[in-house]
Amino acid sequence: MTRLGQIFLGLILIFLYTPIVVLMAMGFNESELYELPFKFSTRWYSALSTNTELLTSGFNSIVLAVITAVVATSIGTLAALALSRRTFRGRNLLQLLLLPPIAIPWLITGTAMLIFFFWTGIGRGMHALIIGHVALAVPYVVLVVGTGMKSVRADLEEAAMSLGSTPIHAFFAITLPLLFPSILGAALFAFAVSLDQFVISYFLSSPGYTTLPVQIYSAIRKGFTPEINAISTLLLLGSMTAILIFARFAKPGAPK
Amino acid sequence: MPNKATPQRASKGARILPQWVSTTALLLPAYGWLTIAVFLPLLTMFLFSFMNKTPMGKAPIEFTLRHYRAFIDQPYLIKIATNTLLMGLWTTLACAILGFLAALALVRCTHGARRETLLILILLPFWTNGLVRVFSWTMVLRENGFLDNIWHWIAPAAGSIAILYSREAIVIGLVHGYLPYMILTCYIALVTIDDAIIEAAQSLGARWWVILTKILIPLAAPGLISGAVLTFVPVIGSFMEPRILGGKVGVTMGTVIEDQFTQAFNWPLGASLSFTLLAVTMAIFATFSGVLRRGTGGTA
Repeated sequence: MTRLGQIFLGLILIFLYTPIVVLMAMGFNESELYELPFKFSTRWYSALSTNTELLTSGFNSIVLAVITAVVATSIGTLAALALSRRTFRGRNLLQLLLLPPIAIPWLITGTAMLIFFFWTGIGRGMHALIIGHVALAVPYVVLVVGTGMKSVRADLEEAAMSLGSTPIHAFFAITLPLLFPSILGAALFAFAVSLDQFVISYFLSSPGYTTLPVQIYSAIRKGFTPEINAISTLLLLGSMTAILIFARFAKPGAPK
Repeated sequence: MPNKATPQRASKGARILPQWVSTTALLLPAYGWLTIAVFLPLLTMFLFSFMNKTPMGKAPIEFTLRHYRAFIDQPYLIKIATNTLLMGLWTTLACAILGFLAALALVRCTHGARRETLLILILLPFWTNGLVRVFSWTMVLRENGFLDNIWHWIAPAAGSIAILYSREAIVIGLVHGYLPYMILTCYIALVTIDDAIIEAAQSLGARWWVILTKILIPLAAPGLISGAVLTFVPVIGSFMEPRILGGKVGVTMGTVIEDQFTQAFNWPLGASLSFTLLAVTMAIFATFSGVLRRGTGGTA
């Protein structure tokens, strides 16, 4: 029985990783039409290095992910502090309000943003993408930092203040250093959320400012070469690295 | 002052502002941001769904319920909605069966560091770009693609088994996207089951299907339900998976809504369809909110 279970898990892993491995391998295949047999070549990676459209959108994606990580982590950490350390009326409601950005299908959120930004004159482009991506990342930051806060004892801060430290100083000297791993984890998480985001970006990007997934989508629909595999490979490796580092900091989803 | 301040907060002489001011200051940036980026847009979309046309130019806007009648006026939408729900049901069913079995195998057949590594390997694809993963399936399923080549190698005389641009292809891509999540929620529910319960059942002579249907499935139900909800909801709102893997047969509510915003430029119709989908989503969440809030631990 044990053997059977392990074989089944092996099949699940094969199912999960086959397309990813095939995608990566095809980026190193000579044929423009994805023809087999496989013939190793790095031509698509060299083609990629001169494809300014893809490189610019890739650069945009990284800049956007960094901005999203910084902004979402800052404002999300502040909210997490209030939600986990203070008791006040409406706290449950505020916690509930973190769910819509995560739970509502992105298609709905994305089209709603498009309508609202158009209607108010905010428009599309980089600033619209920052507004959208940060909003998607903030709930995750609050959840991750809020979980981290549970392991930082509130009485340490109070002890410091009873010894004459100001609340602000106590926060920076005691709570923040203890909370740092969670905050860093949350930032990486926000970075990955932004880097992987496609649906919202699709509706909010302007012709002059697109992100890599949006560019990949239009390439898939218009016709493409293994260059798309090459850049997709880089994108996958980038977010896998971010998540593995995050897993080291926050150890999610592994209850004993 | 309505708020209950943390009891033993040392009050320094320098404290001038009441605590609710600082609480508000801490909360305002995040919630202000969410208001502008999510809550106001959803309200605006609701408003737009009653407009007779996209408010461009100077022509006056009238309010109408016409777009909510779309399912009656344009019967093909009912067929599309049915297809979308079927796509959601098949994907959720496949994820539930595979996810439950995989979680069961994780809990019963692995342990320690090996289990942790397996769990990370299973969850890793979930946090990579969904679009790229969907694209990767086109390489596997297309004619003369990876599967087709393996098939030709096994059975050279047989025809092609390429299934790209079919409903099956869409479901395969969607299952690939949401299976890791289902495995996680089922795993969290199953891992809390005490081995002693199963041993007791075995020693009392229970056969494996009795253990499965009377113990494991009922105790894993919260995990199965939250996994199913969080699969079904995004799947019925998906549009790029059906577009890329379904081609011409990939017409779903999601692609119809996308069309209203990117091709047909009928935003009010798009908004009303979006809002209908949102209402369905909310109804599902409301129905299962008890299970979802209790998280995935505990009993059914």
